[in-house]
Amino acid sequence: MADGSTPPGGPKSGPLLSVRNIARYFDVSKPWLARVIEGQPRLLLKAVDGVSFDIPRGQTLSLVGESGCGKSTVARLVVGLYRPTRGQVEFEGVNVTALRRRSELAPIRRRFQMIFQDPYASLNPRWRVRDIIAEPIRAHGLMKDSGALNRRVDELLRLVRLAPADGEKYPHEFSGGQRQRISIARALSSNPEFLVCDEPTSALDVSVQAQILNLMKDLQRELGLTYLFISHNLAVVFHISDRVGVMYLGRIVELAESKALFAAPQHPYTRMLLDAIPDLEMSGRGRTPVAGEVPNPLNPPTGCAFHPRCPWANERCRREEPVAKPAPNGALAACHAVEERRIPEKTG
Amino acid sequence: MTSTRANRPLLEVRNLRVEFPTRRGTLVAVDDVSFHIDAGEVLGVVGESGAGKSLTGAAIIGLLEPPGRIAGGEVRLEDKRIDNLSAEHLRRIRGRQIGAVFQDPLTSLDPLFTVGQQLVETIMTHLDLSEAQARSRAIELLREVGIPGAERRIDHYPHQFSGGMRQRVVIALALCAQPRLIIADEPTTALDVSIQAQIITLLKRLCREHGAAVMLVTHDMGVIAETADRVAVMYAGRIAEIGPVGEVIRKPRHPYTIGLMGSIPKLDRAVARLVQIEGAMPRLTAIPTGCAFNPRCPKVFERCRHERPDLMPVETNHAACWLHAPTLTEATRG
Ligand SMILES: Nc1ncnc2c1ncn2[C@@H]1O[C@H](COP(=O)(O)OP(=O)(O)OP(=O)(O)O)[C@@H](O)[C@H]1O
Ligand SMILES: Nc1ncnc2c1ncn2[C@@H]1O[C@H](COP(=O)(O)OP(=O)(O)O)[C@@H](O)[C@H]1O
Ligand code: SF4
Ligand code: SF4
Ligand SMILES: [Mg+2]
Ligand SMILES: [Mg+2]
Repeated sequence: MADGSTPPGGPKSGPLLSVRNIARYFDVSKPWLARVIEGQPRLLLKAVDGVSFDIPRGQTLSLVGESGCGKSTVARLVVGLYRPTRGQVEFEGVNVTALRRRSELAPIRRRFQMIFQDPYASLNPRWRVRDIIAEPIRAHGLMKDSGALNRRVDELLRLVRLAPADGEKYPHEFSGGQRQRISIARALSSNPEFLVCDEPTSALDVSVQAQILNLMKDLQRELGLTYLFISHNLAVVFHISDRVGVMYLGRIVELAESKALFAAPQHPYTRMLLDAIPDLEMSGRGRTPVAGEVPNPLNPPTGCAFHPRCPWANERCRREEPVAKPAPNGALAACHAVEERRIPEKTG
Repeated sequence: MTSTRANRPLLEVRNLRVEFPTRRGTLVAVDDVSFHIDAGEVLGVVGESGAGKSLTGAAIIGLLEPPGRIAGGEVRLEDKRIDNLSAEHLRRIRGRQIGAVFQDPLTSLDPLFTVGQQLVETIMTHLDLSEAQARSRAIELLREVGIPGAERRIDHYPHQFSGGMRQRVVIALALCAQPRLIIADEPTTALDVSIQAQIITLLKRLCREHGAAVMLVTHDMGVIAETADRVAVMYAGRIAEIGPVGEVIRKPRHPYTIGLMGSIPKLDRAVARLVQIEGAMPRLTAIPTGCAFNPRCPKVFERCRHERPDLMPVETNHAACWLHAPTLTEATRG
């Protein structure tokens, strides 16, 4: 499947996307003068602080975690909307972060696109749907002939299960789910191989979410797409992903095959998140409320950032920051207790 | 779990109808909705956005935004009608007997006043207490909703709290006067699962300990599953199905509920594709005749297209669907 779509020169093995130790800090200090007068130091918010993962072609990797843990920041780093403070993004082995000239970047940019959470805000209300969808094609100068362009837009509308006639309408004439289809059609118009989807269904009702998730899976199969999928809904992530990275305060604390992660979560934070999910089957399991809250990212705890909420925390955790190591479920987990095998395997 | 109905229910809604007069005619947003909630009971109300959940809640507490209005039916609280009271009278009932919690905790709190000032003012409006007494009651309430260090936090402003804590403060505010009925409209939708669990646990405990009746509006079935005693499923302004929560979730009788349940991704069952209900909920301007669900229904038959089904008993549940019509009725209608 991958063969036909691999451009000449690109390596055929190895992941399509590799993120290497990427970080992004935001300067949230007061203006310089105020800072000097009040004698305050510069304030850096480490939104993402050393995140690494690979995504093989045709697969889906998801990032989950509580609000503010840095998921969207990773997404924006990957598509180049933010420059990293350190680390790099490799696309087919090419370090995209190092490319600065438009002539080098454009051909690669065309091959990845982003879908955003809010289907209302992300479509220009004054443009016809046809022009919205054609915009990336025009921007990349991919098609000069207007007849061919129109045929391509018709094809894209059908691909996302809308009708060619819908192209003449404006975004406000569509429901949330239909707008998200339009966003997907637009993202697909430049024939990308890789889509970054930041909470694409979070603003939708479950029934509409089901339509969009089914569509995304169908498109992945039909077009051999690779996804970086971002969500805070663990059940959605379980449904869509091959692999899952759990984020906490700017880092990935556990990275595993989706099945393994949900069957045998290793990191205490992953366990806590899974225990907090409402029990739809009403097995009487009852969920365990999570203790405490996400700490202030401006003033993260010492050692393991999770230690104030962790039932397994000890002296070492408060002192020493854990690094990602292989864990029993085949995962990578950044936790001293997992490494020391201090935590019993989760059962049931 | 199911409460007896020996006494009158705490809240009774009968044939409620909410309309919006517009230039192009009258829109019926809530149409012939009836249900009750007993003291100590949580009724979950679910449905897609636009189904009429929030308007039903707003109509009950008399907070419909004009030109929206109650155009029919009645609302009874402890057997007294409250849908025809003066605005002033209703306002007093709202604070005293009915507490409201909405989705966005920031809109319910005034950023210019400390949490304590807001709590004390509300308490003093409704209960006959001195300022000092009101303040200690406020601290007690904050403690009750699980705010650590309540004595100190009471003097903080809303923006100094996290989202989950703000929502707990809003719940404390709604509980100030120990209301008999709590209407919570998507109280956890803006929150992470971790914090969601805290809020739900809290709402349940309050319901149990204070014997309050809770109407919990949400589109999250998971939240309903673990919180509600009964659940009402709304579609296009009407109740499609209502029944004990376990029955509705595990054995839905209405084709819409069946589709809705199937469309939810589940952690304990991997499926290649989710059940998909084709199409979308109709707009208020174009509600199909007969059963409003008929253009999307996989089970649709002739009768559905021109006759509108009312709720009919199906074992433990009630479903508004012709599939469950007693054959007798069909025979008599010929
Ligand atoms: N442009 C910015 N300037 C300053 N801080 C920022 C900026 N963007 C993000 N942050 C901060 O970085 C952290 C991570 O934010 P991010 O948007 O990536 O979180 P998220 O995981 O996507 O959360 P959510 O689930 O709420 O979307 C947060 O603390 C946020 O406040
Ligand atoms: N001010 C209004 N004017 C006209 N229609 C309205 C107004 N407010 C709500 N509606 C309509 O009433 C229906 C039900 O709304 P609502 O109760 O908010 O739905 P829910 O809470 O179930 O998402 C929707 O179709 C909505 O568009
Ligand atoms: S390193 Fe220590 S504190 Fe951190 S998750 Fe593991 S056990 Fe808990
Ligand atoms: S009444 Fe008919 S159309 Fe409506 S839900 Fe039942 S079978 Fe489907
Ligand atoms: Mg985000
Ligand atoms: Mg609503």
